[in-house]
Amino acid sequence: MHFFAEFGKDFLLTCRDVLPIFLLFGFFQLVVLRQPIVNLRSILVGSVYVIVGLTLFLVGLEKALFPLGKVMASQLADPAFLQGSRAGIDLTDWTNYGWVYLFAALIGFSTTIAEPSLIAVAYKAREVSGGAINTWGLRITVACGVAFGISLGTFRIVSGTPLYLFILGGYIIVVIQTCFAPKTIMALAYDSGGVTTSTVTVPIVAALGLGLSASVPGRNPAIDGFGLIAFASLFPIIAVLGYGQYAQWSISRAQKKNKEKRNEI
Amino acid sequence: MKKSALSVYAVAYVLKKIWSACADLLPIVVVIAFFQFVIIRKPLPDVGEILLGTGLVVVGLSMFIEGLERALFPIGEEMAYSLTRKGSLFWLLIFSFALGFSTTVAEPALIAVSNEAANIAIDGGLLENSDRARNSYSLGLRLTVAFSVGFSILLGVLRILRNWPLHYLIIGGYCIVMLMTLFAPQEIIGIAYDAGGVTTSTITVPLVTALGVGLATIIKGRNPLIDGFGLIAFASLLPMIFVMGYGLVVF
Repeated sequence: MHFFAEFGKDFLLTCRDVLPIFLLFGFFQLVVLRQPIVNLRSILVGSVYVIVGLTLFLVGLEKALFPLGKVMASQLADPAFLQGSRAGIDLTDWTNYGWVYLFAALIGFSTTIAEPSLIAVAYKAREVSGGAINTWGLRITVACGVAFGISLGTFRIVSGTPLYLFILGGYIIVVIQTCFAPKTIMALAYDSGGVTTSTVTVPIVAALGLGLSASVPGRNPAIDGFGLIAFASLFPIIAVLGYGQYAQWSISRAQKKNKEKRNEI
Repeated sequence: MKKSALSVYAVAYVLKKIWSACADLLPIVVVIAFFQFVIIRKPLPDVGEILLGTGLVVVGLSMFIEGLERALFPIGEEMAYSLTRKGSLFWLLIFSFALGFSTTVAEPALIAVSNEAANIAIDGGLLENSDRARNSYSLGLRLTVAFSVGFSILLGVLRILRNWPLHYLIIGGYCIVMLMTLFAPQEIIGIAYDAGGVTTSTITVPLVTALGVGLATIIKGRNPLIDGFGLIAFASLLPMIFVMGYGLVVF
């Protein structure tokens, strides 16, 4: 019974997300453009898939992964766990939070791999590039960016450095990379910053940030708990631009080698 | 005979989808299991519930991806085609704005964040501690973010049409963000930075991507890879600027 109540709630929430899109689409097709909708049946069936699929996805996350992820995030940030067998450890020293950084990186990586928006963008990128951009390659690159970003974000919470310094530094790196990275990857790289943080990543990462800032002495959850999402949307841009630069570099190196070989012959 | 061959094919298709969803989820399962058993060393609470939940996530994700290719991508492309065929810039821009605004304004994540932001502002003494002040502040914040996302999609579509170089706009946006960080009240900066990330929902992203790529495919002289992407980038940059602007205006 409880399960059906939860399913019903999430189902209505998803429908509410989809409703404005359908009203808008219907209004434009029928009133502004005055033409029947092509493939109406397939689109309707697909929409049912989207709504039911997303609902099941959310219910499942709330049942299995979120409670676990949140409990673990708070357990790892708990002073009792951090002190372990050694009593009287200094909680303000950033070197004592090794497991937290590792957990942040791994959970950032793995939730990004499962993020449906990123899967969608990666599919589109593969289709548009004619297969030159590999779906898994893009997703893993983005996930590495998120992993590094969230790990750095937890370090920021522990060390108490102001948020804007990191963001400024990240922006400077992006600007420098933009000057050198291949044009083809640029738009995709900027986009991949926005898609990493939606359904799966945000709840677990937010719990990590709030739990951590509550247990580190001298941090205020209301101010320091925020900002992890910002890290998670900045560093994938750097990662994807870097991947593009690497790909360009290795291609040009291969071409050079080929040329040299031909010259030798 | 024929029918059974068809159903075998269908079963294989479904299994393939489910298998790929399992691969998507595998990293999370491994990470959580590793930390639970090796580092924290506590038994899993409620194993049955967790297995059931994971099963639902796998089925849900494979259905969503199937629906993505059947409904969300086609809708975005169809709108790009029909609106360019109509040839009216006005309606194309109205559609872009409405798409961004309407999908963001009721987003649960945004509602949660703006309520939280109102509480922080009250704690910081920036806002009078009353329900009216709280509600009007958080509604204002929501409308600001929704407006900024609508404007982002509009700007992104206009960029594809006019062929403005994306990186100048993005770098310009970064400069504005950094400048505004200097002037905006401390209490709103963290929220403003996060607002950029939470605004684009799982349903909006595929639709908007298909719209951009569709436009760049139809318009002559545009490369779908270079020009088609970039709409989401605006939608995660402009909310930061608008929210900090809101903070400057309100306080």
